[in-house]
Amino acid sequence: MRQTFLRRLYFFAVGLFLALPLIVVAGVSVNEKQDLTFPPVGFSMSWYQQIFADPEWRRALIASILLALSAAAIAVAVALPLAWFLWRRIAPWANVFQLLGVAPFILPPVITALGMLTFWATSGLYGQPWTAAISHGIFFVTLPLVTLSLGFASIDRSLVEAAATMGADDRTVLRTVVFPLILPYLVSGYAFAFVLSLNEYIVAYMTVGFTIETLPIKIFNALRYGYTPTMAAVSIFFVAVAALVFGLIARFGDIRKLLGAMASEG
Amino acid sequence: MRREAPKSLADYAPLVFPGLMLIVFFVVPFSTMIAVSFFQRDPAGFYTVAFTLDNYGRFISLFFGRVLGFSLMLSVLVAICCVAIAFPFTYLLTKQSRKVQTVWLVVLLSVLSLSEVIIGFAWSTLFSRTAGITNLFVWLGLMNEPVALLPSFGAVLTGMVYQALPYTVLVLYPALVRLDPTLLEAARTLGSSPVRAFFNVVVPALRNTVVATVIMVFVFALGSYLLPQILGRPQHWTLSVLITDQAIYQSNMPFAAAMAVFLVLISLALVGLTLFAGRKENAL
Amino acid sequence: MSGLAINDVTKQFGDFKAVDSLDLSVPHGTFVCLLGPSGCGKTTLLRMIAGLEEPTSGSIVIDGQDITGVPTHQRNFGMVFQSLALFPHLSVGDNVSYALRIRGTPREEQRRRADELLKLVHLPGFADRPVAKLSGGQRQRVAIARALALSPRLFLLDEPMSALDAKLRESMQVELRQLQQRLGITTIVVTHDQREAMTMADLVVVMGQGRIRQAASPIEIYRKPADAFVADFIGSTNLLEIATDSAGRAMVQGAAIPGLAPPNGAAKASISIRPEDVRIAAAGAGTLDGTVTFVRDLGATIETYVDVGGPTIVAVTTPRERVDAKAGDRVGVVLPAESCVVVKS
Repeated sequence: MRQTFLRRLYFFAVGLFLALPLIVVAGVSVNEKQDLTFPPVGFSMSWYQQIFADPEWRRALIASILLALSAAAIAVAVALPLAWFLWRRIAPWANVFQLLGVAPFILPPVITALGMLTFWATSGLYGQPWTAAISHGIFFVTLPLVTLSLGFASIDRSLVEAAATMGADDRTVLRTVVFPLILPYLVSGYAFAFVLSLNEYIVAYMTVGFTIETLPIKIFNALRYGYTPTMAAVSIFFVAVAALVFGLIARFGDIRKLLGAMASEG
Repeated sequence: MRREAPKSLADYAPLVFPGLMLIVFFVVPFSTMIAVSFFQRDPAGFYTVAFTLDNYGRFISLFFGRVLGFSLMLSVLVAICCVAIAFPFTYLLTKQSRKVQTVWLVVLLSVLSLSEVIIGFAWSTLFSRTAGITNLFVWLGLMNEPVALLPSFGAVLTGMVYQALPYTVLVLYPALVRLDPTLLEAARTLGSSPVRAFFNVVVPALRNTVVATVIMVFVFALGSYLLPQILGRPQHWTLSVLITDQAIYQSNMPFAAAMAVFLVLISLALVGLTLFAGRKENAL
Repeated sequence: MSGLAINDVTKQFGDFKAVDSLDLSVPHGTFVCLLGPSGCGKTTLLRMIAGLEEPTSGSIVIDGQDITGVPTHQRNFGMVFQSLALFPHLSVGDNVSYALRIRGTPREEQRRRADELLKLVHLPGFADRPVAKLSGGQRQRVAIARALALSPRLFLLDEPMSALDAKLRESMQVELRQLQQRLGITTIVVTHDQREAMTMADLVVVMGQGRIRQAASPIEIYRKPADAFVADFIGSTNLLEIATDSAGRAMVQGAAIPGLAPPNGAAKASISIRPEDVRIAAAGAGTLDGTVTFVRDLGATIETYVDVGGPTIVAVTTPRERVDAKAGDRVGVVLPAESCVVVKS
């Protein structure tokens, strides 16, 4: 009994720690006046409207979404053939590419950011919107690479052999067996990359920070000129998007397996 | 379609696009950065091509020594706090039903994906005088009037622990979820209480995992660049902040690159150490 | 020649010869069981026939056509895998009609054929169910139906019953045999279960260490095992070392067995005698005398373990024979010469 209570208390404490800043931000975001007070004075959803109504915030929102959509697509386009090759072929040296795919994510982000900055500056393409998409695509290639590698590893190779005995050549096997089985992992890899790209600051800032404002850049810039409740509204909006995406992955896939729980349990 | 060695050139086709992308947009930028770290600063543009060791020479000053020392100390502190909180938490989490685990994992992923900007903003609000936690203490009668808790070292530390905690849990989760439950049951049948069994069996069995996780979180914390700016004073700035500052505001890309190369070397050394610790665990 | 011929096939994995210069010829319409302990090369042989492994040397010929280099998907063999390998993302019907679908057969035709095959395996009306909702036996049948969809030239099964419980396995064996006879299709099953082989096969191929130890009908394998390995692997048997005395008689444990021809050649030999052929008599009245060490009364049969001064002989009798030996009794053991088979050790 006592132990159950202590365990609950511990979970509650960690949960509170994680939730507290968000609760305060959520409270601030519904203030009626443009004040940063908590508990909120009055109630208003107008700051949420502002994200879509105010042309500057709307532009940032659209820029962020476009960036995240294309960056996640690039990440998946790089990760899919690579993960497939590593699953299909015995070529130990090809693991170098896997290492390259994981490296940007393990190293401090400022390094990738600075590498991209020097590269785009040197090549004279600095500031082009698409350079941010490529930079993010490479930066987040780890996520689809990991989910897809897990997905391929979970395919029973006898399924592929069975298809071959029924007359399917390599291409047909890929289309009718491998791809449908890998699709959930592909979608979650895309979703992970999308959400993280949406929230990413420093790589975006160092590559296109002077020409485009993504939402995180916009929030940071706004922070320096003083607080507005719109920032709080955007933050809550982001939390909601992340929770929605990960919730959907959990609903339609096995998030525990994606995060490393053993396949046999699933 | 069994696993087989590539036979013809066409079998390598799937590698072409990913290989090209990773080489052109990761290896080349990375090499460029290393090259730039030996170049000379050009206040008007980005840099001028030359070979100099001055950028590295600038490290050897009291100021950068202090920044480096502070960065390392802060990251170590964050890593220890995170593992101390996350290890028992993750352990208890793996004992919960699948549904509870799933809900927590969704929450942790959502917090993990949060932009550093948003985390910084949220904590600066929570620590502010007007909307902060001290208002709650005043209301409870613990304090006389609300105060601002930032900028301060405590605020920086709290923010960074908040940022790294979900990461820590997710790094620990696979190791703990795969821990053989019979190990603990055996200890229980021998008369250990659950708490004693946790400390006598689980912690020693995963000692290397804990060490590896501390290092992983340490590297993760080294990467924090906005929280020290938003929540701290200039003396709380870390190497990551300084790199950004030099690259963007001081327009000294060669020096920023040199610092970044230095940071990579530290990170790589530590990641290597992690892999080494992980290998020893597997060999057991 | 109509049927399957395996000519001098070897498969080497590094230094290990999984299959070693193996020859086998299977007439059209035969039901073959490849039988042997794990690691004897039977699965490797089956996979080479299916084209899933490439032989290191030798050739595989079907109906006069050399198919050694032909890729799996062009062979038109049906195969049932040990894991069954049902596609989890497809319904039962779509699994069964997979081979037709990838050939672009019209949808109605696919459906008709799937229904027909599901009826054949006693699963009518299951086409729209998801695979995950099936029981073990039902999955088994779907896998069989799926492999038969294109009326294959050869039907291959790799330990198909291993996931089923004992009772279901026995009824599936009968079902599979009846299906094969109805379709008249050449079938090769890999198994390590000798009962399974005895139930289904026309031809049992006992393999050991990558080679064929004996290929014959089930009853012949049982009655006339080629060597001690086969005798021991197929059913249970008593193996007793045999010697020739100065008078030229065959001696077992110092006792002569009248009427048994002694082994020719100097090689060491044994007799194999099935437990059900051993009779228990009063002490002094049998071929050998011994002490009962253990009696296992299984109801339908009684197993009596008799120590004859070294080896232990097992006799299986029915309750009707009224052998009421108890542990510790001195008894005689009768080894009828006509039931003894001389095998090389």
